[in-house]
Amino acid sequence: MTDATDTRPVPALTRFGRWLADNPMVPLIVFLFLLIAALEVMRPGIVMPVRTGRDGFISTFWVSNLVKFAIPLAMLAACQVLTMLTAGIDLSVGIVATVAAFVCATMTSTIGPVPACLVAISCGLVVGIVNGLGVAFARVHPLIMTLGTGLIATGCLQVYQRLVISVGVEIPAFLEWLGIGQTWGMPNALFVFVPFAAFILWLMRFTGFGRILFALGSNENAAKLSGVRSWQVFLALYALSGVIAALTGLLYLGMIRQPSLSLANPLLLPSVAAAVIGGTSIFGGRGSFAGAIVGALILRVLNTMLTLLQMPEGARIVLFGLIILAVTALYVRITGSR
Amino acid sequence: MTTTPLLDATGVAKSFGAVRALTDARLTVGSGEIVALMGANGAGKSTFVKILTGALKPDAGRVLIRGQDVRVGSPAEARRSGLVPVYQEPSLIPDLDVADNLRLGDTPVGPFREWVAALGIDDLRLDRMIADLPLATLRILDLARALAQKPDVLLLDEMTAALPTNLVDKVLHVVREQAGAGMGVIYVSHRFTEISHLCNRATVLRDGRTVGDLDIEPGVEERAVELMLGAKIDLGRRDTSAAAAARSGTPRLGVKGLAAAPKLADVSFDLHAGEVLGIVALEGQGQDELFDVLAGFDRPSAGTISVDGTPVSFGHPADAIAAGLTFVPGNRAEALLSERSVRENIALPFSARVANWGPIRRKHEADRVGYAIEKLQIDTRAQGEVQRLSGGNQQKVTIGRWLATGVQTLLLFDPTRGIDVRTKRQIYPLVRELAENGAAVLFYTSELEEVALACDRALVLFNGRIVDVIDAADADEPTLMRAVHGLTSAEGAA
Repeated sequence: MTDATDTRPVPALTRFGRWLADNPMVPLIVFLFLLIAALEVMRPGIVMPVRTGRDGFISTFWVSNLVKFAIPLAMLAACQVLTMLTAGIDLSVGIVATVAAFVCATMTSTIGPVPACLVAISCGLVVGIVNGLGVAFARVHPLIMTLGTGLIATGCLQVYQRLVISVGVEIPAFLEWLGIGQTWGMPNALFVFVPFAAFILWLMRFTGFGRILFALGSNENAAKLSGVRSWQVFLALYALSGVIAALTGLLYLGMIRQPSLSLANPLLLPSVAAAVIGGTSIFGGRGSFAGAIVGALILRVLNTMLTLLQMPEGARIVLFGLIILAVTALYVRITGSR
Repeated sequence: MTTTPLLDATGVAKSFGAVRALTDARLTVGSGEIVALMGANGAGKSTFVKILTGALKPDAGRVLIRGQDVRVGSPAEARRSGLVPVYQEPSLIPDLDVADNLRLGDTPVGPFREWVAALGIDDLRLDRMIADLPLATLRILDLARALAQKPDVLLLDEMTAALPTNLVDKVLHVVREQAGAGMGVIYVSHRFTEISHLCNRATVLRDGRTVGDLDIEPGVEERAVELMLGAKIDLGRRDTSAAAAARSGTPRLGVKGLAAAPKLADVSFDLHAGEVLGIVALEGQGQDELFDVLAGFDRPSAGTISVDGTPVSFGHPADAIAAGLTFVPGNRAEALLSERSVRENIALPFSARVANWGPIRRKHEADRVGYAIEKLQIDTRAQGEVQRLSGGNQQKVTIGRWLATGVQTLLLFDPTRGIDVRTKRQIYPLVRELAENGAAVLFYTSELEEVALACDRALVLFNGRIVDVIDAADADEPTLMRAVHGLTSAEGAA
């Protein structure tokens, strides 16, 4: 039996680790700024043009570019954070975003922009519901379930492309405005992202649904004992994840303006990485969306650094993978979390 | 007895951290002897068995087999030295077939088949997967495997627990025959009837030491019960004169003919508002199944449950909660979110229903959680994660969860297991107070003295049936101890 308080002296490193575990954002933000500093050293003036005699203390161009491309990553990372809270994962988000973007771009010319967007979002909802049903009732592991629906969606997209091969591509004007427009030097995508982030943070901290996500991931039996019917939660959770992924696809379409059959697919693994770097445990019960946002920023800065190194694409990807592994391992080692 | 005993264990001691599980355990088994090893819950039986079989190393003491200090270091060594155990849980690998399992333990197949036949199973195929065989068969296979290794000493742990009567007879017959041929047998059991039929002696453990060595003769049960009880820590007294509260009208919870495989056979009782109904039983008499069914985790195989006279059927704990039946399980780890705060743990049921998935009503929550914390005097100095609380405080959190939602019918499964005396003393009055305020409480306890302290009457569960009902006023420990061992004395029955 353990006593009420452990009075043994704790080694300094362990204490520091505990403090970090209680304040997981601190090391993340420190690491982000270290990376930015390193970037500035590698290419003087890229972040602070004033140092090379140009205008502006901080380059708004660089910052807005960083923010702009971190947004879709952070939104997909929200899907991972939410599902990981219940010890799940959603590997269909990349393809769902792609499908939403492609459907929207090909339908706008025939049915108009708003209906096209609604159809695109319903696609995400359908995939999400299928994921939820599989996880809740068939008890398929989320990893397998979402991988499977992702593959099915990929196939469906190819069939759909054959059908609409003669239809022209048109991107709704408001998506372009959101995707490439700027207000006071900052990307308009923030008009979507700021309310979105506020909603997710609120959902996780201040709603019963958020509570239950944490509870299911910490101890499913305890949740059941308290009267939680897990199928309801899984269904709602994966449906929500699908809708978020579809929204991300629409926003990304406005940024890239070139729908393809693999538009948002490369964002999938970075979205998982952003969640994990941000302190979300893949074993459930522990996670933070704020951390995932910083994680997404860290990944974008890393990407810029590796581009600057002018390495061949293959080497760059290898290095990217290694850095993600190292950061995650280090973070886990220090905080003692998983 | 014989000159050199087959097995001679003396002065065996073992501690786990600060807990002294064994202080001075002794056991001798002579050639041809069948010795019962007895003791109440927590007396140290299982630790002693593990040391004898080499699964644990003792801190002190020695175990001699045939006069040789074998310094048993692993189960395999103990086996080679001649002591072979058959545990309560079958030790066969479920995903392999019978033949592969035999190969793993180097068991000779020929003798094994003969023993299986002798033990009453004629149609065993060696290519059957273990997972497909019923529990009773597995126990027989385990025993046959042990016998095929020609042990000097055979250790049987609750051997007859999951067996139907015809197999029990066969097993007892074979064991007796082998003892007649010179084998020594250690028979770990709660069942007096079997012990008095089968054994020559009984060794009784209490609080980690051997307190007696009894020859089996008429009337030995009384002596064994006395030895198992000993002197206990006084947990306080309660005036039980007012215990016979009004038990009339429609019961809050009515249970009729309830059965659940494999262990709950047929249980009926009424639990009224304002009453604390105790349940006492040895381990594995069906109490786990009873609580799982009442809490909505399992469906019964027969029988009915009614709440306030209305029949109910639970497919999920949420249904039970909706009917007012709230469950505090025996294992705190099952009930707590160890990495979340006290507040979140207590407030969890508030958010369970879809209708409550929206914004948390923080004021309401703070009020209710504050009420529960105050009522239970939960020590929240170690704020933050529940896993940083002591065992007693963790247990209070699991009870507090239902105090915060409002208690109608509380199912407490051994709520004081492994917690300190001070917390125990806080829990009994709390249970009484809940009942006085109109709650109905079903209280399973593995510590018999708690019946007199917290309950109005107690049901005695044995082999999945209720064998006795004892009023709190009569519920002294010897009476209960006899009753849980299936020794229903005429004067004890209500």
